[in-house]
Amino acid sequence: MSGAAPRLLLTALLFVLALPLGGARAEKLIVSVSNARITVTPNYAGGELVLFGSIERDNPAPTDAARYDLVVTVTGPRADMVTRRKERRFGIWINADSREFLMVPIYLAVFSNRPIDSIAPIDVRRRQQLGISHVLLTQRIGTDYADVVSDDQFRSAFVRLRTERGLYHEDAAAVKFLTPTLFRTGIPLPAQVPIGSYDVQIKLFSGGELLTETETSFEIAKIGFEQFVADAARQHGLIYGVLTALMALMSGWMASIVFRRD
Amino acid sequence: MPPSAAKEPRSGPRVQLYLPIADIPVNVLLILAMGAAVGFVSGMFGIGGGFLMTPLLIFVGISPAVAVASVTSHMAASSFTGALSYWRRRAIDPMLAFVLLCGGIAGTGLGVWFFVLMRSVGQLDLVIAISYVVLLTAVGGLMVYEGFRAILRTRRGQVAMARRSGNRNWLYALPLKIRFKRSKIYLSVIPVVAIGVLIGFIGSVMGVGGGFILVPMLIYLLRVPTATVVGTSAVLTLVTMLVATVLHAATSHLVDAVLALLLMIGGVTGAQFGARAGQRIAGEQLRLLLGLLVLAVGIRFAIELGIRPAELFTIREVGPST
Repeated sequence: MSGAAPRLLLTALLFVLALPLGGARAEKLIVSVSNARITVTPNYAGGELVLFGSIERDNPAPTDAARYDLVVTVTGPRADMVTRRKERRFGIWINADSREFLMVPIYLAVFSNRPIDSIAPIDVRRRQQLGISHVLLTQRIGTDYADVVSDDQFRSAFVRLRTERGLYHEDAAAVKFLTPTLFRTGIPLPAQVPIGSYDVQIKLFSGGELLTETETSFEIAKIGFEQFVADAARQHGLIYGVLTALMALMSGWMASIVFRRD
Repeated sequence: MPPSAAKEPRSGPRVQLYLPIADIPVNVLLILAMGAAVGFVSGMFGIGGGFLMTPLLIFVGISPAVAVASVTSHMAASSFTGALSYWRRRAIDPMLAFVLLCGGIAGTGLGVWFFVLMRSVGQLDLVIAISYVVLLTAVGGLMVYEGFRAILRTRRGQVAMARRSGNRNWLYALPLKIRFKRSKIYLSVIPVVAIGVLIGFIGSVMGVGGGFILVPMLIYLLRVPTATVVGTSAVLTLVTMLVATVLHAATSHLVDAVLALLLMIGGVTGAQFGARAGQRIAGEQLRLLLGLLVLAVGIRFAIELGIRPAELFTIREVGPST
C-alpha cells in the first residue's frame, strides 16, 4: 500500500468526524462484496455471493438501545418483458391478454434482517421501494405507462414466475448481524443468472426511518463454450446459422461414412 | 471460478449440460437417448423423425420455438446422410428435386416469416401445437386405417392392390409440362412447385422434414415411382431444413447448436439400429405401428390444448438484456 492511502483515509475520517451533525446520530455504511466480478463457468450450478458490511457511528456507545434494520436490494440488468395470460377460447387454452413490462430487472433480490413491514411504515416502504411488492415495475397498458398496484394479477404472476426461476428473491432473514454493527448477507445466484452489472443498494433504518444508504455493485460474466454459443447466436445470427448448417452437413456426412453399408 | 459454495450438480459428474439457447440445464444422457430413440424409429420406418423429435423436446420442457428451430438442423443432418446414400444408388431425380426445391425454398422463407410473426404476437406455441394436432391426427389416423386394411387383406389371403394405377389425375392436365427423366414422368411444374412450397412452409413452422407427407403426395398425386421418391424427398428435406436453420438463426436466434449436436449424435446412431430392426418386421405391421405412434403424439397435443394449464401466465424477454 502506498503511503498516500492511509493519509487519505485519515483525512476522510477526520472530515466525517468534523461534520456538524446537529446532535443527531450519524451512521455510515461500509460494505463490500466477496467478489466484485464473478465469472460463471458452464458447470456452474448456482452459488452465493457474500456481502459484508459494517455500520460506523460517530457516537460509539448509543445511549438509546435503538436497533438497526437493513434492507439490501440487488438489481440485475434490465430488459423489456411480456407477460401473457392464457384463457379458454373455443375449448382450448390460448394466450389472450398480455402486459408489457418495460426495462424491469431480470434479477431482483431483496434481503433484510426482519420482515420489511415491521422495519418501516407503508409510506416509507413505498417511497424507498422496499421489498419486491414496492419495487417499481413499469407496465405498458395500451398507451399508458404505469406501475399498477402490487396485487395486480399480471404483476403478481410476473413476480411469481420470476421467483420460481430463482431470479426474483425476497428473504426477510437473510441479513445477519454478527455484532450489533457488523452484518453479512448471502446473495444467491442461480445457474441462469443473466450476465451484466448488478447494483446493490443497502439502506439502514432505525425506528422506521432511513438513516443512511450506500451502494455497491458487482458484475457477472459468463465464460465457456455455452456462453460463446449464446453470444454468437444473438450477435451474429446469420453466421451462426450458416455454421450450424455446416455442422449438420458434417455430421450427416460423417454418419454416412461411419455407417456406410452399400 | 464460481462464487463461494458452488454446489456440485446433483446428478453426478457433469451429465447436466446447460443448453445456451434453450436456456435450461438438461441431462445429456436423456437428450442422447431421445435422439437415439427417435433415430431408431426413423431408421426403422425410413422417415426423418422430426415430427417425433420436436414434440419430445417440447414434452421435456424445451420451449416449442427452440425445439422447432433446433430440430431443423438435426433434420438437415439426418436427411444428408440419406441423400448421400440415395445419390450413390442413383435413386434421386435431379430435375424433380430442383423443381421441388424452387418451391421448397420459397415455402421455407414464408414459413420462417410466419414463425417470427406468430412469435411476436405471442401465439407461436399455439400455432405449433394446433399444427401438430391437425397434421399428426390426420396422418396417423390414415396410416392406422390403411395399416388395418392391409393386415385384414393379407389375412384374407388377398394380394395387396398396386396403388399406382394407370389413370392420370387432373394434375396431369396442367400446363408448363416438363419431362422428369429419371422418374419417367411428364408433368406440369405447377403442382410440383406447390408441393415444394407446402413442405417448406410446414417444415419450417413445425420443425419436421416433411417426408411423411411429401412421400405419399409424390406417390399418390404425382405418380412418382417408388424408386426415386424417397431419395428425391430426402434432397428436398435437406435443402429446406438447411435454409430453415439459417433463417431461424438469423431472425429469431432460437437455434440451439448444442442441443442440435446432441440430437444428431443420438439420431444417427439410433437410425442404424432402427434400420436393421426394421428389416425383420413385416411392412404392414410396421406401418400400423408407426400410425399408432403418430396418432398418439397428435392426441397428446390435443389433450394438452384442452386441459387447463397449471400455469396460465408466461413471460418472454423482448427487449435488450444488457
